[in-house]
Amino acid sequence: MSTTLAAAATAAIPSIPRDDDGPVFRAPWEAHAFAMALTLHERGVFTWPEWAAALADEIKRAQAAGDPDTGETYYLHWLATLEGLVARKGVVSAETLHRYRDAWDHAADRTPHGKPIELRPEDFG
Amino acid sequence: MGPDHDARNTRQAWAIAHIFAAMSHDHDHHHDHSELSETELRVRALETILTEKGYVEPAALDAIIQAYETRIGPHNGARVVAKAWTDPAFKTALLEDGSKAIGTLGYVSRVGDHLVVVENTPERHNMVVCTLCSCYPWEMLGLPPVWYKAAPYRSRAVKDPRGVLADFDVTLPKDMEIRVWDSTAETRFLVLPMRPAGTEGWSEEQLAELVTRDSMIGTGFPRKPGAPS
Repeated sequence: MSTTLAAAATAAIPSIPRDDDGPVFRAPWEAHAFAMALTLHERGVFTWPEWAAALADEIKRAQAAGDPDTGETYYLHWLATLEGLVARKGVVSAETLHRYRDAWDHAADRTPHGKPIELRPEDFG
Repeated sequence: MGPDHDARNTRQAWAIAHIFAAMSHDHDHHHDHSELSETELRVRALETILTEKGYVEPAALDAIIQAYETRIGPHNGARVVAKAWTDPAFKTALLEDGSKAIGTLGYVSRVGDHLVVVENTPERHNMVVCTLCSCYPWEMLGLPPVWYKAAPYRSRAVKDPRGVLADFDVTLPKDMEIRVWDSTAETRFLVLPMRPAGTEGWSEEQLAELVTRDSMIGTGFPRKPGAPS
């Protein structure tokens, strides 16, 4: 079922980097960003046309700001689109995102090299 | 996490932390603490909040990611193995210092500081297990398979490697030694499988097509010439 979801996404968003067999990712976080968008779409948070328009806006903005548009930054735009859409839809505010980002940073900082990084209540300063 | 979140959501968030642990290794610098890139921090932040709010089920997310586990990362491992099969000087350097030899290839931008390459021979088969999942060389191999992180695989691989290999349809001659390498925070392993017979004169590119992820973990063999990819 996850590949069916993905097939719908790649059909709706032609710009998704792919080869003959489907989407490809340069790093694990890209796959996480991809999977989050699929899941939020499935939950009805946005439609694919809505997503495509928001992503196109994001890419235009980035290009205007000097993004080389070589494809390497595609999922950075994807992530920015996600953050923007969830804020606009009232799902997650930019402020909350920032708080959790800092908490993860704190968690990484106190975690010894090579150990799994876990988020704990005390990471929220 | 605020007081309005029940224990279940907290557990889910922690489960996510474990999923992410597979990608938390810091490859560029030596520090005594962990480091996440700005992008990784943002992805983790969003994923944690969406999970806590119930928009995202970690299991569902994981299922999507697993569907693409072999399609993440540059998969440089196969190219490295193919080069070692065709270039004896490179192979010597690779077995001496994996990280250094791979660094000279130029196309691998990030490889761990302590990547050790272990060679399969007619006398010895190598197999890698990971007890700390932050130490998997995903730039070389793509994402780890789910079973690789599973506790039963890890403990059985150490106690009964032949049995685990049999589960993967890997049967080895009785007198062949099996060495199990346990990845640690500092050292990660890549198996250099034996070059398949019948590939004399093949180019590096052709050979790389035969190198599977499992053959570089030691739970499989490279494809045989002519076998479907």
